[in-house]
Amino acid sequence: MTEPLLSISGLTKAYPGVVANDDVSFDIQTGEVHALLGENGAGKTTLVKMIYGLVKPDQGTMQMHGRPFAPNEPRAARRAGVGMVFQHFSLFDALSVAENVALGMENTPPMRQLSSRIRDVSATYGLPLDPGRTVGDLSAGERQRVEIIRCLLQDPKLLIMDEPTSVLTPQEVDILFETLRKLTSEGVAILYISHKLEEIRRLCDQATILRHGRKVATCVPSETSAREMAELMVGSSFANPKRTDHLPGDVVLELKNLSLPAPSAFGISLKNINLSLHAGEILGLAGVAGNGQDELLAALSGEIRTRPDAVSFQGTPIGHKGPTARRALGVLAAPEERLGHAAAPDMSLTENAALTAITRENLQSGGFLNWSATREFAQSIVLKFDVRTPGVEVTASALSGGNLQKFVIGREVLQRPVVFVVNQPTWGVDAAAAAAIRQALLDLAAKGAGVICISQDLDELLEISDRFAALNEGRMSGIRPAQGLSVEEIGLMMGGAHGMEVAHVSD
Amino acid sequence: MDLSSINPTLLLASLIVASTPILLAALGELVVERAGVLNLGVEGMMITGAICGFAIAVNTGSPFVGFIAAAMGGALLALLFGVLTQFALANQVASGLALTLFGLGLSALLGQGYQGIKPPPTNSLDIPFLSDLPILGPILFSHDLMVYLALALVAAVWFVLNRTRAGLILRAVGENHGAAHALGYKVIRIRIMAILFGGACAGLGGAYLSLVRVPQWTEGMTAGSGWIALALVVFASWKAGRILLGAWLFGGISVLQLNLQAAGVAIPVEYLSMSPYLITILVLVIMSADKSRAPGSLGRTFHASD
Amino acid sequence: MFRIEKRPQPSRLWTYLTPLVAVVITMIVGGALFAALGKNPVEAIRTIFWDPLFGEFSFYYRPQLLVKAAPLILIAIGLSLGFRAGIWNIGAEGQYIIGALTGAGVGLAFYPLEAAYIFPLMVLAGALGGWAWGMIPAVLKTRFGTNEILVSLMLVYVAEQLLAKMALGLLRNPDGRGFPGSRNLQQYSSAHNAEIIAGTGVHWGVVAALIAVIFAYILFTRHVLGFHIRLTGQSPKAARFAGVNPARLALICLGLSGALAGLAGMFEVSGPAGQINIDFNVGYGFTAIIVAFLGRLHPVGILLAGLLLALTFIGGENAESNLGLPAAAIQMFQGMLLFFLLAVDVLTHYRLRWKSAEVA
Repeated sequence: MTEPLLSISGLTKAYPGVVANDDVSFDIQTGEVHALLGENGAGKTTLVKMIYGLVKPDQGTMQMHGRPFAPNEPRAARRAGVGMVFQHFSLFDALSVAENVALGMENTPPMRQLSSRIRDVSATYGLPLDPGRTVGDLSAGERQRVEIIRCLLQDPKLLIMDEPTSVLTPQEVDILFETLRKLTSEGVAILYISHKLEEIRRLCDQATILRHGRKVATCVPSETSAREMAELMVGSSFANPKRTDHLPGDVVLELKNLSLPAPSAFGISLKNINLSLHAGEILGLAGVAGNGQDELLAALSGEIRTRPDAVSFQGTPIGHKGPTARRALGVLAAPEERLGHAAAPDMSLTENAALTAITRENLQSGGFLNWSATREFAQSIVLKFDVRTPGVEVTASALSGGNLQKFVIGREVLQRPVVFVVNQPTWGVDAAAAAAIRQALLDLAAKGAGVICISQDLDELLEISDRFAALNEGRMSGIRPAQGLSVEEIGLMMGGAHGMEVAHVSD
Repeated sequence: MDLSSINPTLLLASLIVASTPILLAALGELVVERAGVLNLGVEGMMITGAICGFAIAVNTGSPFVGFIAAAMGGALLALLFGVLTQFALANQVASGLALTLFGLGLSALLGQGYQGIKPPPTNSLDIPFLSDLPILGPILFSHDLMVYLALALVAAVWFVLNRTRAGLILRAVGENHGAAHALGYKVIRIRIMAILFGGACAGLGGAYLSLVRVPQWTEGMTAGSGWIALALVVFASWKAGRILLGAWLFGGISVLQLNLQAAGVAIPVEYLSMSPYLITILVLVIMSADKSRAPGSLGRTFHASD
Repeated sequence: MFRIEKRPQPSRLWTYLTPLVAVVITMIVGGALFAALGKNPVEAIRTIFWDPLFGEFSFYYRPQLLVKAAPLILIAIGLSLGFRAGIWNIGAEGQYIIGALTGAGVGLAFYPLEAAYIFPLMVLAGALGGWAWGMIPAVLKTRFGTNEILVSLMLVYVAEQLLAKMALGLLRNPDGRGFPGSRNLQQYSSAHNAEIIAGTGVHWGVVAALIAVIFAYILFTRHVLGFHIRLTGQSPKAARFAGVNPARLALICLGLSGALAGLAGMFEVSGPAGQINIDFNVGYGFTAIIVAFLGRLHPVGILLAGLLLALTFIGGENAESNLGLPAAAIQMFQGMLLFFLLAVDVLTHYRLRWKSAEVA
C-alpha cells in the first residue's frame, strides 16, 4: 500500500460536557473520496476543523505525506494544501466574488489577474462564475462554487467538503460529482462529509463512521447498503414513520397570486404563488436554500403582511393579519431557525412556550400572563414530545438541537392547528428526533389539519407528503402527487441544473 | 443686522477649519465601523484628546507634541472600550456610552487649572505662492498642517479600505466575523487595531478643537461634535469620500450660524445655536432610507465559541 | 492562559453579584485616584459613602438622598423599558428639560391664581412635554428607520438651547429685575411640589418614583407588554414571530421613557430647583443611564442604584467642600462605575477557564 496522503491517529478533543472526538484514527489516500459519516453531533465538524487548523486537538497527531502535520491556523493548513468548503458558507455577502476568493487565498495575485484565473478555473471545472458579481446576489449553488473555486485556485491536495449537496438540486449534485471525479483523477483527495447515504454510495471509495465522537466502523460504501450504514451511524435500528390512509377534506388555506418584494437586501421576492391546501394532507415544498422558503413562511405566519386576499383561511382573507390574529384562527407556523426565531435563546422553556401560545392556550387575562398555566403547558410539551431537559426553567439555548426542535414543533402541534406551516422540521436533528417529528406531522394531518412542510431534504418530503411542489427563485412549480415522483422529476421542478455545465473532463 | 459683514472668503476658509475636528473623528469611526464595531464613545475620546493635547501643548510649548499626546490619549481611552467589548464581550452600545460619560469626567478632572489659558499657536503653513492667490489662497492654501493631514487621511483611508489586502480583510471582518474567523483571520486583533485607530483620530479631532479652532480649554467643549461625527458616518454611507463632503456641510453650517449670530440676524441666538443639531437630525432622516450599506456584523459581539 | 467560555445559561448568582463587585472595584480604584490627587483615600470614600448616611449631619443628608434619587430612579425606570427592548433612548436629559419647561410653563400661566387643579395640570403637562420630546426619535425611527440614539442625543442640545431661550425670554420672571430665570415656584403654593411630610425629603416626585418602580416590576414580571419588551431585546426575530409589532413597541418605550423623564423634570423644577434657569439641568438624564445599567435594568435594582448614585452626588458635594476634591472626580467616579460593571458583567454570561493555549 502506498503512503497515505493524510494519516490521522488518536485525535481527541473535549469541550466542557462533551467529548467531541475520542481517539479517532484513519487514513486518507491520494486521489480517493473518503466519506466521513455520522449523525448530527457525532463529531464530524470538530474533526475537520482540526484538520483545517481551526481547532487544536487535545491529543493525537496527524501526518501528511509521512511528515508531522499540526496546523495551528487555517493559513498553515491552506499552505500545506488543505482546502475546505464550509457547510454554512464562509462568504461575505457585500463583497464581490473575486474579493471573496482573495480572502481565502495565500499569496493573492493582483485583482485583475485573479479575475482571469477565476474565469479559467470556473470554465475548466464547469463552475461558471462572474468574478465581479456581489456574492449576496448569488444563489446557494453559485455561492458554493465560489467556495470551491477559492480552494481550487490553491492547487489543493486535500479538499474537505462539509455537506456540500444540501444546497444543490439533484441535477446540480450530478454535475458536482463530475467535478469531484475530475479532481480525484488529478490526484486530489476529498474528505466528504454527509449523511446522505445514497450519494455516498455513488461517490465515495472509503467511509469512516463516527458515533458520539468515536470511530465505530469503516466500510466501502459501494459494497454496503444504505440501511447498514444508517444503522452503523445511529447504533440501532428504528421504525420508519407510519402513515395511515385517509381522505383529504375541504380547502383550509388558499394562496392566490401571492407576490412579495424581497424583504431584505439579499432576500428573495415571492412571485405569483398559488396553492390550495386541504384538511388532512401534507403538502411538501422542496427547494434549494435561499429560494424563498423563509419569505413564504413569513407570509404564512403573518410576520410579513400581504394584500388580504393573497392568503385566505377557510375562505376568509387573512393576508393583512398579523401572527397573533392568525394564531387565533388556527394558522400556526414553525420557522427554520430554532434559536433566535422560533425560540428566544436566553429565555426559559416556560417563557418560550408563551412565545406563541398566549392566545390559543388562554394564558393571559386582561394583559396579565398566567405563568403557572404557561408552565403547565410547557411541561405538557416536554412530556408529550419527549423533550430531554432537566426542567422547564432552563433556557432554550441549553437544549440540544433535536430536543429544542421537538419542543418547538410540540408547542405548535399541541395548540391544535387547523393549518400548520413548518420550515426544515428536522434540519440538524438526530435521527431518532427526526423520526419522532415526522411522525408527529403525519399524526397531525391524520387528525385533519392541513400541513405545509417546507424542506430541503427530499427523502423526508417523499416520506411524508401527499402532494409535492418545489420553490425556485421565489416561484412555485406545479403541485403533483408525491407518489411515483422520480428524483429527476423533482430536480427539474427545483430548477434543474440552474445553468451549471458538466465539467469539461480532460479535453 | 448687517449681512455684508460676512466675508465669503473668510467664511469658506473657516469652514475648512471648522470641519477638521469632525472630519478626523468621523474618519476614525468609519474605520471602526467598517471593522464591524460600533463605538459610541467618540465624544468621550474627542474631549479626552482635547484636554490631553491642550495640557501637553501648554506644558511643552509645542502644539505638535500636543497633537501626538491627544492621539495617544484618545487611543488609550479607546483601548478601554476595546478591552470591554472584545475581551469582556460587553454590549457595544452600553460600553460606548460608558466611554463618553467616563471621558467627560476624566477630561474635566485633567483640565483642572487649564481654564482660561491660551495654548501655543499652531502655525499655518502659508504655502508660498499658492497662499497668495486671491480667494483660493486664503480658502485652500493658508491652513495649518493638521488640515492637510486630515485631508490626506481621507485619501489614505479610502485607498487602504478599497485597494489593499489589509483593507479587504478589515472589511471582511466587519461584514461577517464568523466567516472571517473560519478563514483564519484574527477578528479580535483586527478590531482592536481599528478601535485604536478610531480613538487616535477622535483624539486628534478633539485636540484640533482645543488647540486651533477655539483655541482654549473649557469643560464639555466638544458639545456634541463626537455625536455629529457618528451621524456623519451614517450620512456618508460608510464611504470615506462622502465623509469629507459631510464634514464640509456640517462645518459650513456651524460657521454660517456663528457668522449670522455675529451679524445680528433677527433670529434668536439660541435658535441659531441649535441649528447644527437640527440639521444633523434632518440629514439622518434623509439618509436612513438607505440601510443596506451598513457593515453586516456592525455592533454584534464576536466570540469564537467553537 | 484564561479562556472565556459561554455558560449554558446566564448565572443567577453573578447577575446579582456583579453590581456589588463593580461598586467595590470602583471604590478601590476611585480611592487610588483620590490618593493620586493628594487626598486621603479612606477619608474621601468615607466622606462620600458613609458620612451622608451615618455621619454627624445625616439628619440633613438623608432627606436629600431621596430628593436626588427620585429623578434618577424615575428616569432610569423609563430608560430600562427601552434598554430591555434594545431601544436606546439616551436623550433623557432633553426630555427632562422639556418636561420641566412645559410643567413650569403651565404653572406660571396660572400665576397668581391659587387653585387645587393647577399642580395636577402641571404634572400632566410635564409628562406630556417629555412624552412629546421622546416621540420625536420614536416617530423618526419607525417612519424612516432613523437611529434613535443619535436623534435623541441631538435633541438634548436642542432642548438646552430652548431652556436658555425660555429662561431669558418667555418664562423670565417679569419682576426679576432683568435677571435670567423664571419666578420661583416654591413661592407659588398652588404650583409648589412641597414636601409631603416635613423634614423627610419626600415630595411628589419621590412618590412617583416609587410608583414607577412598582409599575415596572409588575409590567416585567406579569404583563404581556413587559414580556414582549424582554423578548424583543433578547431576540427581535423571535419577537416578530410571536406577533410583536416592533414599531408600536418603539413608540411605547420611547414615549413612556420620555414621559417619565418629563415628570422628573417637572417635579424637580416645581420642587427642589424651584425655577427654570439656564443651569437648571445637572445631568440627571445621563447619570440615569448609569443607574439603569447598574440596577441591571431591573426595577428593584434601579431603586438601589438610584440611591447609590444619589449618595455619590451628595457625598461628592461634601468631599468638594470639605476636602477640596474636584467635582469632576465624582463625575469620573460615576463613569468608572459603569465601566467596571460592564467589565465584570462578562462573568454573568461567560466563565473563565484555566486552559492551555488554544488556537482561535
